[in-house]
Amino acid sequence: MTEKELFVQGNEACALGALKAGCTFFAGYPITPSTEIAEIMSNELPKIGGHFIQMEDEIAAVGAIIGASWAGQKVVTATSGPGFSLMQENIGYAVMTETPIVIINMQRGSPSTGQPTRSAQADMMQCRWGSHGDYETIALAPSSVQECFDYTIKAFNLAEKYRCPVFVMADEIVGHMREKITIPENIPITPRQMPEKTENYLPYDAPENGTTPMPSFGQGYNIHVTGLTHDKRGYPSTDDDQTHTQLVTRLCNKITKNTEEIVEIESQYIDDAQTIVLSYGIPSRSALTAVKQARQQGLKVGYIKLKTVWPFPAQQLQQLSKNAKRIIVPELNLGQVYLEVDRVLGKQAKVELIPKIGGALHTPKEILDKILEE
Amino acid sequence: MTEHEHRFMKYLRKERLPHIFCPGCGDGIVLNTIFNAIEMSNTDFDNISMVSGIGCSSRIPGYVKCDSLHTTHGRALAFATGLKTANPKQDVIVVTGDGDATSIGGNHLIHAARRNIDLTVICINNDIYGMTGGQISPTSPKGSYATTAPYGSTDKPFNIAEIAKAAGASYVAKYTTAQPVQISMAIKAGLENKGFSFIEVVAQCPTYYGRKNKIRSPVEMINWLKENTVTLEQAKTMTDEELAGKIITGEYINKPRKEFTEALEDITRQISEVNPDTNINSAYRSE
Repeated sequence: MTEKELFVQGNEACALGALKAGCTFFAGYPITPSTEIAEIMSNELPKIGGHFIQMEDEIAAVGAIIGASWAGQKVVTATSGPGFSLMQENIGYAVMTETPIVIINMQRGSPSTGQPTRSAQADMMQCRWGSHGDYETIALAPSSVQECFDYTIKAFNLAEKYRCPVFVMADEIVGHMREKITIPENIPITPRQMPEKTENYLPYDAPENGTTPMPSFGQGYNIHVTGLTHDKRGYPSTDDDQTHTQLVTRLCNKITKNTEEIVEIESQYIDDAQTIVLSYGIPSRSALTAVKQARQQGLKVGYIKLKTVWPFPAQQLQQLSKNAKRIIVPELNLGQVYLEVDRVLGKQAKVELIPKIGGALHTPKEILDKILEE
Repeated sequence: MTEHEHRFMKYLRKERLPHIFCPGCGDGIVLNTIFNAIEMSNTDFDNISMVSGIGCSSRIPGYVKCDSLHTTHGRALAFATGLKTANPKQDVIVVTGDGDATSIGGNHLIHAARRNIDLTVICINNDIYGMTGGQISPTSPKGSYATTAPYGSTDKPFNIAEIAKAAGASYVAKYTTAQPVQISMAIKAGLENKGFSFIEVVAQCPTYYGRKNKIRSPVEMINWLKENTVTLEQAKTMTDEELAGKIITGEYINKPRKEFTEALEDITRQISEVNPDTNINSAYRSE
């Protein structure tokens, strides 16, 4: 296969990425502005012997993909804010049972039904904290159609590697925008790690900061999978402090202790930067233009884009921005990831938010004006 | 003295015993009928996966030596839909309860039935929330007491079997724990039906339903079930007043129709060269 170029929408690119990553199962529920992903998957999956199911709601959608994941398939669903809220229950189940699933969220104006056809980065904290209990997540934030394709594949790879839900936190603009994308020849795909067959197989006997290979139902392992606190055999053990502490700590550590390996950050003009515009997702397009304009005016302004937002790359950001006096965070909300940036960089720099809601993207001028404010 | 092991002990995760069920609970009777039905049917025990939600009855799969998925409250049928569709060769049994299947999971029940997906669902209906300590359920008889109905239930209860039938299940039967032979035969029929099979078992919960409603012993409760049981035949000639509080047992429907995963495989055959039998997941499955 040779390298291929396509002119597609972000939603299409996510669907193509999922198929490229080896996805064979999609269960979902229609919701603007992500519906095109379901439509494309319903068209494509039967052709390769995969399966598409339109479920009765988003709770069922995540239930079904978890079930299919335990049948040995790579699975995905796509949604937006209201559907994402309904998914939180079973996202927690996937965390607890270490089930690889990918969820694409084309974020829209919120709360509640909000602005179905307008863009926002409204669910970044829900992605981090939406289900009950202590847990860590992995989230990627594409800012272009190419990144919709690339990050969806990366999400599948991370889900398999860390056996957890992985989120592609895109938005309405990126979902509906059309751009040229390149599909490279060789894309690394992480296959599911299967256990070696043994008599005394322990499905949850994982190393301290890691996870175990995952068997499929029907292979003869006779495993028990439960959302209850469970021991190494997978059996419920809800009264023992140690079992619960060890399990939940490991589930968090397998993400946080591997932050360096998981996170990806893009930076430009950073070495001498006094001011840094730090963004993720679609506002980073305006941010880069604003930074270039500031540089043309001779200002020492740098650019950081978080390709992965969760786990939050605290140490990496502290290192990258150690010489900066100001950090400017443009976000399509009233301040979500900004809080996290302020937490990790607030002691070494002044962290300032450029909030924006209503559906439109920050213009480069809005960001440049903030840069020039001081 | 020789030790006699129960003939179904081989199907249990012995290391998980003793179980959590209260003395006199109906869940043990139902588990017995499940094993009996598997042995009577042409189903291979090694090919069975079990799925459940949350509640006392949903703890059953955890004791069975098969792949078992103990999911979130009410969602067993959603998980089972994914599990079965992704690998239609498995025989998937879902064990659920009245609260799990008809209250929090009511939407999933009607849609799984509508799709006629090949699942065998055993719904143990004890008319109360046992795991949380005796709250009112959608099947609690009108006037019955529970910790959240201290003045008696005001609501008309569901007949779950009627719901499953109306929603499109291709096999539906309803019996009580006083009818273990009929339950086994119904589960056997359900396992052999290629489609959505729903077996409702009305069961005693002496610990909570019995205590709150002054039918304290398991024997009394079984007798209470027997006294209130009428057959579908008998019910035909009875008035609504006469049927109030009655458990209408029998085979509600046995009408096979096109099954969901088969319909999906038909589409794959029509539009592509891919043989759905050489399932796509062979790409990642180890064998």
